[in-house]
Amino acid sequence: MRRRRAGEASELDAMAVVCLLPSLLYVVIMFVYPFLHGIYLSLRPAKQSGLSLANYVAFFTDEWQYRTVWITFGIAVPNTVVVVAVALLLAYGMRRGIWLERTITTILVLPISLGVILLAEGILGFYGGRGWFNQILLAAGLLQEPLTLTHNYTGVMLSLFMQQFPFCFLMLLGYISGIDPSLESSARTLGAGPWIVFSRVMLPLIAPGLAIAFALVFVLSFGVFPSAILLGQPAGATRTIAIAAYQQAFEHYDMSYASAIAVVMGLFQLAGLVVIVLFRRRLVMAPTMGVGKR
Amino acid sequence: MRRLWSLALYMFVLGFILNLLGIVSHVVVSAFAKRWFGTPLPARFTTEWFQYAWTNFDLGRVLGVTVFVALAVVVLALVLGFPAAYILARRNFRGKALLLLLYFLPLLIPQMTYGIPLATTLYRYAIGGTVTGVVLANLVPMVPLAVFILMPFIEQISVNLEWGAAMMGATRFQVFRRVLLPLTVPGLLTAGILILVNTISNFELTFLVSGAGSQTLVVALFYNVFAGGVRPVYSVDAMAVMYMVTVMLVLLVALRFVRPTQMVFRLDQPRR
Repeated sequence: MRRRRAGEASELDAMAVVCLLPSLLYVVIMFVYPFLHGIYLSLRPAKQSGLSLANYVAFFTDEWQYRTVWITFGIAVPNTVVVVAVALLLAYGMRRGIWLERTITTILVLPISLGVILLAEGILGFYGGRGWFNQILLAAGLLQEPLTLTHNYTGVMLSLFMQQFPFCFLMLLGYISGIDPSLESSARTLGAGPWIVFSRVMLPLIAPGLAIAFALVFVLSFGVFPSAILLGQPAGATRTIAIAAYQQAFEHYDMSYASAIAVVMGLFQLAGLVVIVLFRRRLVMAPTMGVGKR
Repeated sequence: MRRLWSLALYMFVLGFILNLLGIVSHVVVSAFAKRWFGTPLPARFTTEWFQYAWTNFDLGRVLGVTVFVALAVVVLALVLGFPAAYILARRNFRGKALLLLLYFLPLLIPQMTYGIPLATTLYRYAIGGTVTGVVLANLVPMVPLAVFILMPFIEQISVNLEWGAAMMGATRFQVFRRVLLPLTVPGLLTAGILILVNTISNFELTFLVSGAGSQTLVVALFYNVFAGGVRPVYSVDAMAVMYMVTVMLVLLVALRFVRPTQMVFRLDQPRR
């Protein structure tokens, strides 16, 4: 993208405005306005008149509500770390092209395209008490009793991993294989071993992509909703903050309180992003993207 | 050592893929099972659950809504997104980075976070719960998606072609109709197919905004999985198979035009 130099004439004429306006108006009316109105609504509790923080106070003083924050962190943080770590390991190992690349990537796109609901139904069957997974382990003599892998915390983690690992892996693979391979060769020529090449040369180059991966996976898992309902215990161990917001909106019809919970959810997601960005700043920055394999 | 390491990597990928295929085929086998209870395969197979699901879940109408919503979203997202993508690809102006950020937000922020305020707003204006509402809500992330997919395609078309056409006396509309549009067809196809797949399998926004008569296939599937035990699990699986076939058909077409990694995310910077 060309940087605009000072004094350069703006190229925004009447035609450009006419072209931009429809989509811009759409985003403003359907995204910015509801968002801002949601914040306003959250400050106007149903039972009171005027602006007040009553909804937020209610959320953070009611244990049934505020524990959803811990529950959600308890799902999102481990899931993000595991997904990104495994994806990085694999993508790094396969950075110089892989055997059957097209077939593997095509299969990996499946869970992304099939969507979370179909995956949930499949996981309920496959990992269920009488499903193939337990049948195989029992037949192999590895287990005496079938494992309970669904309708609990494990079920939610399984579903999140199945959904997000392919997405994260393909993203990192694209990023890593875009790094100029000659940098790695130079390091090797100068006598660096595989670990030094990874930690001193490649990791700083991968850091920006890694930060994006961390951010996207964290934000997505913090908003976990359908898998927490279908594969977890939506009234107990996996009652995430998104479920709390949904229940206020569509079971108690308290849109003001629901908006407040949605705002809290957004703020925690933002906080997660800020932490990731600050952490990435501490890593060495090296904007050396070459023209490697596309 | 190196060999062992790369073998371990392949074993993991293989294991993941086997689990994935297990998950998907479990649904398919169950959909055709007469009864299935703790055996490797059901004793008898039947297709009656498809008949059952079709009539009991009102799938004819649900499928109709799904197709209508998906096509409407594709057309509207392309119509709204194309002009913006053109300007963003060709022009420089103050605030362009800010504008790009604004378009990026609906893709970055999870749908549950902005879906609740959006649903509240749509219900307040009595659009919530209708098919129109579902289309309007799905367009929120899809218009920006169209813009971001089309931009690099337009950047690749030389401006000289437009100038040349204009010099030969073509009007603005003619340049658009005869030069720009034909050259952007690959981009429009890519964007259209990705939006189609995304809209069919998109759950959260549709779930929050749809009412009784405006459910798409995924949302109807969610309610039936959620109410597990009310209906025979085989019939829910039959419905899941019909959903899967719908997505796979679109996906098969998609893979002819689109590289799989493109479906995930575009990380590479716009070229030059």
